[in-house]
Amino acid sequence: MSSANTGTEVGSLASRFNLQQYVVYLGFLAIFLFFAIMLRDSGFLTVRNLSNIVLQTAPVTIMAIGLVFVMSAGEIDLSIGSIVAVAALAAAVTIASYGMAAGIVAGLGAGILIGLINGALVAYVRLPSFLVTLATMGLFAGVSRSMTDLRSISVTNEIFTGFFGSGSLLGVPSLIWWTVIAIAIGHLVYRETRFGAHVLATGDNARAASVSGISVPKIRLAVLTISGGLAGLAGLLYAGRLQAAKYTLGETDLMTVIAAVIVGGTLLNGGKGSIVGALVGSLMMGMLNNGLILMGLSVSDQMIVRGLIILTAVAVSLRDKSR
Amino acid sequence: MNAPILQLQDIRKNFGGITAIENFSLEVFPGEIVALVGDNGAGKSTLVKIVSGVHPPSSGTIAIEGKPVTMSNATMGRAHGIEVVYQDLALADQQTVYMNMFLGREPLNRFGLLDRRRMIAETEKLVKELDVRIPSAHATIRDLSGGQRQGVAIARATHWASKLILLDEPTAALGVAETAKVEEIVLSLKQRNVGILIISHSLDQVFKLSDRICVLRRGKQIGVRETKKTDKNEIIAMITGLQQQ
Repeated sequence: MSSANTGTEVGSLASRFNLQQYVVYLGFLAIFLFFAIMLRDSGFLTVRNLSNIVLQTAPVTIMAIGLVFVMSAGEIDLSIGSIVAVAALAAAVTIASYGMAAGIVAGLGAGILIGLINGALVAYVRLPSFLVTLATMGLFAGVSRSMTDLRSISVTNEIFTGFFGSGSLLGVPSLIWWTVIAIAIGHLVYRETRFGAHVLATGDNARAASVSGISVPKIRLAVLTISGGLAGLAGLLYAGRLQAAKYTLGETDLMTVIAAVIVGGTLLNGGKGSIVGALVGSLMMGMLNNGLILMGLSVSDQMIVRGLIILTAVAVSLRDKSR
Repeated sequence: MNAPILQLQDIRKNFGGITAIENFSLEVFPGEIVALVGDNGAGKSTLVKIVSGVHPPSSGTIAIEGKPVTMSNATMGRAHGIEVVYQDLALADQQTVYMNMFLGREPLNRFGLLDRRRMIAETEKLVKELDVRIPSAHATIRDLSGGQRQGVAIARATHWASKLILLDEPTAALGVAETAKVEEIVLSLKQRNVGILIISHSLDQVFKLSDRICVLRRGKQIGVRETKKTDKNEIIAMITGLQQQ
């Protein structure tokens, strides 16, 4: 009796800490070691280069946090890339006329508003999030192009660019602060609050969540709004770091963010995910970008290699999850 | 016996022009198991929804411990101490047993965060009391067998039900041994002094578990019998409407 119990205890421990949960960490380590050896003379391992990777991935990491919530609830948000550009442009234009505070409100507000539109259509009009956000992705890509007639708007407010981009506090660059704080809050909300539990339950079994008294539409509205707001924040970070906003910002981020989130152990169909995993996934994507450039690959070769590696990583992390 | 824990009086339910249930009256007493039987389409599911609060009846009254109540959704039913074990169990498969036990009603600690320690402790205590054999409160639902899942769903209802537990086909998807185990758990619930309303297609099970049997046919209540004073032939005749010779 007691030995049988121990047996099942061990079994459940093994399934709780199964290997597949650590794929992202192993993949991260493998890519890191590969570049560390291959690029030992090209400056990959310098503190400057490594911290650059973290700085460059900050917006992707921030968006990935939002997408973990969205995907855990069983939805998807394809509009985040377009939100980045709209938010960055809204902030840049507003800062120029009304100052920094108004600019931050405009940027974040644009993101939250688009997220609310996505969320309301999904939660209350009951349209599939894939189609809603596919449509708003295109719609707001158009909006960002027409906002400034394709022109780039420079951001000269130094407090803003310091706070959201090039500044530092206690010797740590502000983009790293943003990453650390966002990950910490995201992880806490996701893992330790009722809201996080309800997001997971909604994505896992919406009917069960609903009969358990969870307001499924509110959860759907909330996750898409969070995603929109975080994409807005990512737009501010781009505008701060580049000291300018343009309609091309965030254009190519969608695939990177989705890959980071899935490789990080979040299920596309909802019910399971990890904020910390998404961070590691995001850093992995950044490292890949950086390493392939240092290896001297042409842009087209980079795209091919990156695509293949993402495909492999996604295949490995999704394998036997659909048991 | 004491006052009925659940009292349904002259319940009628119309959907548009169709009458799904009419003239339905039933009392369930604490510590009693009442079985609701009837052929497919007899109105059992509608009654489950009325008792659990999902559908308010078109007319008639529902009283809990003598007090009339009005309910328009399942949350109100739960607030009145009525818990349902749904046929599909309504479990979130990728979450742990303890998170499912507290789904939608998670306790919080003084920092406003999930009180996992309390959820785990209470889950383990209840699972032990009911003798639901699961590996641990941390186990993920999808790693459990059908019988274990059913056990978790019943344990959850037991934890929250202060008045009435509604079991909708609790063993329809289970094997022989698992069915026996679940039946054992259901019988043990009688000691908790709640009313139990069970819907089942298996007359063997109904005769094994219930104190009284209520028969529905085409939305009409055919009759209520004490299990000890009736037999399968009579119940079958009542279900099918074919009079015995």
